[in-house]
Amino acid sequence: MFMKGTPEEPMCGFSAKAVEVLNNGKIKFESFDVYSDEDVRAGVKEYSKWPTIPQIFINGKFIGGADILVELAGKGELKKMTGG
Amino acid sequence: MITAEEIKEKIEKSIPNSRAEIINEKNDGMHFKAIVRSPFFKGKELVEQHRMVYSALEEELKRKLHSLSIETGEI
Repeated sequence: MFMKGTPEEPMCGFSAKAVEVLNNGKIKFESFDVYSDEDVRAGVKEYSKWPTIPQIFINGKFIGGADILVELAGKGELKKMTGG
Repeated sequence: MITAEEIKEKIEKSIPNSRAEIINEKNDGMHFKAIVRSPFFKGKELVEQHRMVYSALEEELKRKLHSLSIETGEI
């Protein structure tokens, strides 16, 4: 997940929400703080054609942002996608 | 600043036959939630549906719209 801040200290509500969903689902993830590198922040938006942060990738596939993560978790699809 | 009405107009103009409900979540003119329904979403992945909403607001997202939550569905 590309996020603002870290899982321990998210710097925006949407990033915090995404961390919460992943933690609740006991899903292991790695994160990158886009505030630590402006090139990555711009680059990931370009790469995924998605204008906002956080961005969640599962096994290399772009899934979406926090709202989509919440929706997938609610439908139980997130577990399937992460092999749980 | 941007108003809920402006966001609604942009989305409904951009996505065919869509109906958008915009909630100013904290009543501060900053945090918005867009609930968008369109028959055009049928068969499209959530990522694509959300991209269509973002694309309607491309310019706004660069400048005056900093927090937008999106919920999409078919009509």
